[in-house]
Amino acid sequence: MAGNVWIVAESWKGSISDATYEALALGRELADGLGVRLEAVLLGHGARAAAASLGRADGVLYVDHPALADGVGEETSRALAALAAARGPGLILVPTTNVSWDLLGLLPARLEAPLVNFCREAVVSGGGVEFTSLLYGGKMAATVGAGAGPVVVAVLPGVRPAEAGKGGAAPAVEEVVADFVVGGGVRWLEYEEPEAGDVDITQQDFLVAVGRGISNEANVEVAEELAAALGGAVCGSRPVIDQGWLPLVRQVGKSGATVKPRFYVAAGISGAPEHTEGMKDAELIVAVNMDPSAPIFSVAHYGIVEDATDVLEALAEAVRKRKG
Amino acid sequence: MADPTTSSLLGIPGYAFLWVLTLAALALFGLRAYRLAAALGRGRREPRWDHLPRRLWMTVTNVAGQRRMFDNPGIGLAHLVIFWTFLFYAFSFAWNLLRGLLPFLPLPYADEVAWVSFPMEWLTVAAVVALAGAAVRRYFFTPERLERSRDATIILLLISLLLVTFLVGQGAKVAAEEGPASWSPVGGLIGGWLDGLGRAGAEHLFVAMWWVHMAAVLGFLAYLLYSKHLHLLASPFSVFAASLEPGGMPLPSEGAARLEEFTWRELYNGLACAECGRCDRACPAFTSGGVLSPKDLIHEVKLLVLDAARGDGHRDLIATVGAEAIWACTTCGACMERCPVFNEHIPLIVQMRRQLMVRGEVGTGVQDMLTGLTRYGNSFGQSPRNRAKWARDLEFEVKDARKDPAEYLWFVGDYASFDPRVQEVTRSVARVFHRAGLDFGILAEGEQNAGNDVRRLGEEGLFEMLRDKNLAALESSSHRAIVTTDPHTYHALKHEYGLNGRVRHYTEVLDDLVSSGRLPVAPSGGGRVTYHDPCYLGRYGGIYDPPRRLLRSLGLKVSEMPRNRSAAYCCGAGGGRIWMEDAPGGGERPAESRVREAAGLDGVGTMVVACPKDLVMFRDALKTTGLEGALAVRDIVELVEDAIGATQRSEA
Amino acid sequence: MKILVLMKMVPDIVEELEVASDGRSLDQEYLRFIVNERDEYALEQALLLKDGLGATVTVVAPDAPEVDDVLYTARAKGADRLIKVTGLPAGSGARATAAALAVTLPAIEGALPADLVLSGCQAIDDLDGFVAPLLAGALGVPYLGLVSRVSVDAAAGKAQVMKEFAGGVMGRFEVSLPALLGIQGCEKPPRYVPVAKVRAAIGAGGIEAVEASAGTAVAPVEVAALAKPEAAGHAEMLEGSAQDVAEKVADILAARGLL
Ligand SMILES: Cc1cc2nc3c(=O)[nH]c(=O)nc-3n(C[C@H](O)[C@H](O)[C@H](O)COP(=O)(O)OP(=O)(O)OC[C@H]3O[C@@H](n4cnc5c(N)ncnc54)[C@H](O)[C@@H]3O)c2cc1C
Ligand code: SF4
Ligand code: SF4
Repeated sequence: MAGNVWIVAESWKGSISDATYEALALGRELADGLGVRLEAVLLGHGARAAAASLGRADGVLYVDHPALADGVGEETSRALAALAAARGPGLILVPTTNVSWDLLGLLPARLEAPLVNFCREAVVSGGGVEFTSLLYGGKMAATVGAGAGPVVVAVLPGVRPAEAGKGGAAPAVEEVVADFVVGGGVRWLEYEEPEAGDVDITQQDFLVAVGRGISNEANVEVAEELAAALGGAVCGSRPVIDQGWLPLVRQVGKSGATVKPRFYVAAGISGAPEHTEGMKDAELIVAVNMDPSAPIFSVAHYGIVEDATDVLEALAEAVRKRKG
Repeated sequence: MADPTTSSLLGIPGYAFLWVLTLAALALFGLRAYRLAAALGRGRREPRWDHLPRRLWMTVTNVAGQRRMFDNPGIGLAHLVIFWTFLFYAFSFAWNLLRGLLPFLPLPYADEVAWVSFPMEWLTVAAVVALAGAAVRRYFFTPERLERSRDATIILLLISLLLVTFLVGQGAKVAAEEGPASWSPVGGLIGGWLDGLGRAGAEHLFVAMWWVHMAAVLGFLAYLLYSKHLHLLASPFSVFAASLEPGGMPLPSEGAARLEEFTWRELYNGLACAECGRCDRACPAFTSGGVLSPKDLIHEVKLLVLDAARGDGHRDLIATVGAEAIWACTTCGACMERCPVFNEHIPLIVQMRRQLMVRGEVGTGVQDMLTGLTRYGNSFGQSPRNRAKWARDLEFEVKDARKDPAEYLWFVGDYASFDPRVQEVTRSVARVFHRAGLDFGILAEGEQNAGNDVRRLGEEGLFEMLRDKNLAALESSSHRAIVTTDPHTYHALKHEYGLNGRVRHYTEVLDDLVSSGRLPVAPSGGGRVTYHDPCYLGRYGGIYDPPRRLLRSLGLKVSEMPRNRSAAYCCGAGGGRIWMEDAPGGGERPAESRVREAAGLDGVGTMVVACPKDLVMFRDALKTTGLEGALAVRDIVELVEDAIGATQRSEA
Repeated sequence: MKILVLMKMVPDIVEELEVASDGRSLDQEYLRFIVNERDEYALEQALLLKDGLGATVTVVAPDAPEVDDVLYTARAKGADRLIKVTGLPAGSGARATAAALAVTLPAIEGALPADLVLSGCQAIDDLDGFVAPLLAGALGVPYLGLVSRVSVDAAAGKAQVMKEFAGGVMGRFEVSLPALLGIQGCEKPPRYVPVAKVRAAIGAGGIEAVEASAGTAVAPVEVAALAKPEAAGHAEMLEGSAQDVAEKVADILAARGLL
């Protein structure tokens, strides 16, 4: 694969997303393995400063254009396609997030290039790159090869720790001109923030869920502490809500909310189907239960047979320590 | 004694005047009756004229005998007396009227006959006292439940008038005739007070009272169909036209919300309702503080019909009743079981649910279930291939009845097959059957949800689809009888698939096995348990005794909860409710109320259930009420297995 | 207004998926197909627009097992025209599908131009791309994905749409029509349609089968091997004291970039 490895740097509301750093970390490995340059591409308007944090790349290509100010996919995909056509990268890694979604969809069409979707792993092998994609809702993993570049790769969040993509000295930024036609018929108007009120648990990345196994109301506070340390919220199974330990909007499950956080701790929850149907799609589930045969363990990724309160306390401590 | 109808009134002969009054009253009555009938006639047809002898018998026992009122003997008796008083009054009035209209008849007036007037006088005195009491209560100490409506005032006035005029008339008659008659003790008493009037005065008073009385009664007659006492005349026919099928469903329809979309019988509920509130008091949706009041529902139907009788009635009933209320019903059948006039709430509710289905106004939980049922044939959204997974952990093979003939085809049901909490009980049933040497098999993935709940949710097409698939699967297997664990399934197969006597509930089968000695059990030392009647086994299926007999043959004593047998209180799961969120209202859930009821019994530590959904609902309720220590919820088969275990131990 | 809805069938993952003997594809034996969930939202969005503004809704779906049921269900819900595109080999990727649709759709009498083309924003088997943006690119119309609300000002030839971002933030966009939208959700979940209505639609028939013309697509990505990811089904148990396991969990979080 001759061309360089590109990372599309995703900047939303003024900052570079973690998904970008994650992809950057992967891109670093690939570029090193292939013996090519790793270039981050930043598209925007007056956004050059953001490039400073992309030090893990060998260089940053920055395109400044008023039409790129709002990150509209119609425009960014044209700009990027024009740039790629001019420079001929081998791989274009794009974080699979809502922000880059349209760019990701349109770029292969504009470039007439193949796309490897749902990529959760990529390794250099025999001079080429072998991708692993998660298909069918994660039920199958496909090992995928793609032809000659440029190949667009949709990188799933969490492919590498974001930390691994940060650091490095401020990179050389090359401001480049992309020759593209403006006016794709899509115009950004405004952002609407979610309504205030009690915490909307469906919107949280971190959820600490408590069930009857936490034994008494005082222990809800222990869960609150962990949630605070993680930057998330506490939710619960129905018995906990019924006891009035948590408000109704915090209930997960059949009669409550369906949540898909990135991290879900189920503490003292048996894993009744009415509960699990509301949380089984969480990205990472850790269950704490005294009963080794509790059904929650067949839904969780990691299980701990221990007292729920003890583990919540210890975990809050561990998280706080790491976050410094 | 002067005959009031032969003397003239304002120069018109009395009988002619009576003819005018009567015809006017009948005209008003007839006009109203016609309009109401025409309003009902706008509804769809529904045949309720079959099995005439049975219907007549039902009407006689329930109207003349007021059978349903006797679940509370005190009230039942009081009501029976009032009812017969009313009939007696009506009878004597009709007699008098006939005599008045046709003065040439060689017949005395009813009140001139001792066996009529004697009881009449005393009944009237009793009624006056009762009415005075009621009036004082209504107007001076108005209880919250009663509103002071104009309608009630008119009725009260008319009744008082006709009672008082009768008594005063009786007195005047005695005064005019000089000397009390032995068959008119009250008349004699009042006559004594009227002595001062003189003979002619008393006679005039009598004639005046007679006319006012007749006018009041005819007025009552004319007014009756315009008043809320309409049910007095409408209810007997409601009993006659009751559904004869257990758990009868509405006729095929696209559902109903408007007058024209309901059948006349569904609309008739409104006219028959006595507003007694018995349905509300029995209703789990109502008593748990929910939005549904079966009585109000029927009342809304009545208002719709009355509007229609005024030439209107174009309202959308779903809008007035509210979708939330319509979805709140568990179809437990308690309301219909209790309603003294045999009103049919569930068909009304199912009609409106069907309409909501057609409109696509279905809650997301239910929608997911229905979609899953259409696709996978189970309400757990699981692959049909998982249906027989529960049997894998058994030490013996369960026969696939599609391949090998079996004596009993066990139709396991969704909850028993898929819910991990019930699977252990399901295995227990299998072990007990196995131990009894019962030749049984299952349909494995050939079985689908039986569709009972689906049908009650108003998704008739899906019910038919499931039924057809199940019937085809049953057809392809060779068996002699069918046994089910789930009462909802039991009802569907037995009554709605038309398999009738071939279908048995596992409690019946176990009862047989134990009492015939095929399943040896060691009766325990006499623990005390209580048994919860599942709605679809008890009220719908009439099976109350086999489970109780079975428990007793295990050496257990059975205490009854206050609400038992046909008055059993629903767990809240039926009619698709198990798939819905708790109804708004926030009262105590039905299952919670029920476990408290069981826990309140002296010396009872176990509540026995015979339905997989009950097991789930009540175990959940134990947790939410904190009664786990006080009460255990166990399936009847677990107790059987305990008792078998005891025999095994003693063998060893 | 004319709305075209693209729907497609995907493997039903409620059924256990198995790898075929070639090691690269799904075993067909127990494979069942279900309509792509997001496509149902696309249809619902189209029907909501039809309810509100009046529109004709045409549903287009590549031929696949059980697709007829899906099309008739769409009819029962209110779709006006049903088109089944035949001749696309089963399992054609998004790339080939989009390429074929790009030449087939214009050839179907009355299908195009449409004011709006709606499609689910993604499918679980979209290994080589998303159909909606690829088709938009080929047809040369604007595209926006992850849309969860659409309102149309037909006179102005514009639509206002809401697109989902993270943390409950929504972006409001203006799109000139005709346009292609990748639908993520809509105001309400897809409507339920009773089985009886679907049966009636099946009875009435009316699916138009159209043979796909071959489009030109870039070389698809090659699947070298397909395998189940590491044993799902039971949690990996972490052992040790509360402190030990807490550290282990923290490690896992850190490794996933969650701390
Ligand atoms: C129609 C219906 C709808 C329902 N809807 C919902 C819903 O929306 N959401 C919901 O959550 N539930 C719902 N339920 C209730 C559901 O069935 C379960 O009852 C409920 O989820 C159980 O909650 P739990 O796991 O907290 O309690 P339990 O089932 O009592 O589990 C407690 C667990 O804690 C463990 N434990 C005990 N002590 C400790 C300890 N010291 N440390 C660690 N673990 C301990 C136990 O081993 C046990 O596994 C519904 C039920 C029904 C019937
Ligand atoms: S069937 Fe049961 S829940 Fe429904 S209205 Fe009657 S009593 Fe209430
Ligand atoms: S029980 Fe029957 S008569 Fe009494 S209020 Fe209810 S519907 Fe009316």
